[in-house]
Amino acid sequence: MPAFPAAAREALADSQLRRNLAHATSTIRAKRAAVVGEVDEWEELRLAGAAIKDNTLRHLDEHLLTLEAALQSRGATVHWARDATEACDIVARIAHGHGVGEVVKVKSMATQEIGLNEALAAQGITAWETDLAELIVQLGDDLPSHILVPAIHRNRAEIREIFRREMAAVGRPAPADLTDDPAELAGAARLHLREKFLRARMAVSGANFAVADTGTLVVVESEGNGRMCLTLPEVLVSVVGIEKIVPTWSDLDVFLQLLPRSGTGERMNPYTSTWSGITPGDGPQEMHVVLLDNGRTRALADEVGRQALRCIRCSACLNVCPVYERTGGHAYGSVYPGPIGAILNPLLKGVGVDEQTDSLPYASSLCGACFEACPVRIDIPEVLVHLRSQVVDAHRGGAPKPEAVAMKSAAWVLSDERRLTLAERGMGAAGKALNRFGRAVLPGGRRAVRRLPWPASLWTGARDLPAPPPESFRAWWRRTGRR
Amino acid sequence: MKVAVLVTCINDTMFPDTGKAVFRLLRRLGVEADFPEAQTCCGQPMVNTGYLDEAVPVVRAFTDAFAGYDYIVTPSGSCAGSARHQHRMVARRAGEPRLAETGPKTYELSEFLVDVLGVTDVGAYFPHRVTYHPTCHSLRMLGVGDKPLQLLRNVRGLDLVELPAAEECCGFGGTFAVKNAETSTAMGADKARHVRDTDAEVLVAGDNSCLLHIGGLLSRERSGVRVLHLADVLASTEEDA
Ligand code: SF4
Repeated sequence: MPAFPAAAREALADSQLRRNLAHATSTIRAKRAAVVGEVDEWEELRLAGAAIKDNTLRHLDEHLLTLEAALQSRGATVHWARDATEACDIVARIAHGHGVGEVVKVKSMATQEIGLNEALAAQGITAWETDLAELIVQLGDDLPSHILVPAIHRNRAEIREIFRREMAAVGRPAPADLTDDPAELAGAARLHLREKFLRARMAVSGANFAVADTGTLVVVESEGNGRMCLTLPEVLVSVVGIEKIVPTWSDLDVFLQLLPRSGTGERMNPYTSTWSGITPGDGPQEMHVVLLDNGRTRALADEVGRQALRCIRCSACLNVCPVYERTGGHAYGSVYPGPIGAILNPLLKGVGVDEQTDSLPYASSLCGACFEACPVRIDIPEVLVHLRSQVVDAHRGGAPKPEAVAMKSAAWVLSDERRLTLAERGMGAAGKALNRFGRAVLPGGRRAVRRLPWPASLWTGARDLPAPPPESFRAWWRRTGRR
Repeated sequence: MKVAVLVTCINDTMFPDTGKAVFRLLRRLGVEADFPEAQTCCGQPMVNTGYLDEAVPVVRAFTDAFAGYDYIVTPSGSCAGSARHQHRMVARRAGEPRLAETGPKTYELSEFLVDVLGVTDVGAYFPHRVTYHPTCHSLRMLGVGDKPLQLLRNVRGLDLVELPAAEECCGFGGTFAVKNAETSTAMGADKARHVRDTDAEVLVAGDNSCLLHIGGLLSRERSGVRVLHLADVLASTEEDA
């Protein structure tokens, strides 16, 4: 995956994509703003959400053991997975143990994070996504570009094309006269999926929350397709990030208010499924829970960054992010795009490992809209800056990059008033020379520069630059004897 | 009340008129402010790019220059935000708690005028059609709310028109503008379009760095819209007109 600036360049050039994204994010932004505005104590709820998560994370080890015991006492089998490979192997082993060659899937970020579908495919097991948007992405052989609306980058006409072209090869074909009417598209998906729900013997899910004291897993969704997977098959395997724990049901209450309003802009999510172990003769008769680390303990060890583990994957930060709105999710090179992806990926993987991960903390103008929108008050700009300093520190020693040289010399100039004065004199002189590169006059009469050589061309490629004034403020202050 | 003006490195070197306007304005309101000559920069360019070690001597120079003042006023929401919120991070890094001490005394210009001086009518005159962009750091890092608008509404002759999608980032973001130049430009182009849609003659904001970016785009598009700092507008009087 290329680093963010290069991937973003490609996305920015796709005007259809930008239109789709701008339309979708502005619609959902408005919905969210309206329903959040209805709640007088919204700020208190945010504070409560943040506090519950922080307290839970502080004693995560104890809560995990409580959860494990509660699950086991209700007949579930608990597995611990250090990383993606371990988690995928566990799921594949369970599938093989039951001799199943296909599984139905509830939309889940954790299973995407670990690349479960690909890992299962490598072992001859097909995983069918049953969330409508995930289905579109899977059929289109595409990648999700949003946490809640993975096919946000597609419009209706594109979806119709995908259904018509791809459905037949993997199951019930799309009707020949399918139009791009949303109800017809949903109808085609319903019929296509029903066949799979009724056939599948094993399902794989994630969980939005795991209530420790009762051993209850919770999935919230809008379509009900997840509930079909959670109730019909004989075997249910849930892959759950260890940060998904809430201690009790009353804690859960706070998040069931925060999540739907922040995520889909609904007062309440249409389907909330909860399950605690096995009920003989009703629902899956075998239940497995895979508790997944995969970098979470690394993130937990980062004092500033650990707040990212509060994230409830509502996507509010994506929908308000002006960078995400223009580049889409693929540019982030991960299943976690947008502002949360820009901090979560480096926290889970560690910085200084590859260029792509290191580019993510810089994929933000630090405008702060994400922090303002986040229902659990993750100070994303703070974490971004913190991670940038980790990226810089990881590259200290060795040959310095041009940027590091520039920053060092800027700091040298800017830490001493006499050096700055000298530099400003130089700029005043350069201001005159700069006029050679092209003369423009800004409204108001000031001279400006239209073209400069690299690296200044990164600025003047698209923007004029006012020529430096002949006299700095400081020089004026001294000259006029104001001191 | 000992008041110092943090002119900021970008105003010092690129927009000296804004610095002069702040002093004119404060004097008109009866505040004799100093320009501590030892001042350089708030350190934000280094902090925001991740160069915390490099930021330490800059913040140290800042702290030395402004120690001993009751108020530090600056025509930059971004630099005020940096002093208030980021100097703590630098202080931790350096193990020098005193580097965080000047931050809480640092006020963005409109905050100082409204909250500290208690004025919303500064006696300005500016007979132009104006639209206002609330820069992200003023808006979200400092929470200045509508203080700049309160001030602008009391400027005689000024015709204030609302900017569509005003609260959206212009895409400047310091080194973001060059590290992610294409994305930055795409954001700025949308902002420039909204500005043109207002038919305003002048775009006003509380941060010359954002205006450098938006103004650069507006000029490249030959839009004819002029960009001006809030301080320049508030300092204008009948005599200037
Ligand atoms: S970081 Fe906050 S806003 Fe973004 S997805 Fe997570 S909880 Fe939602």
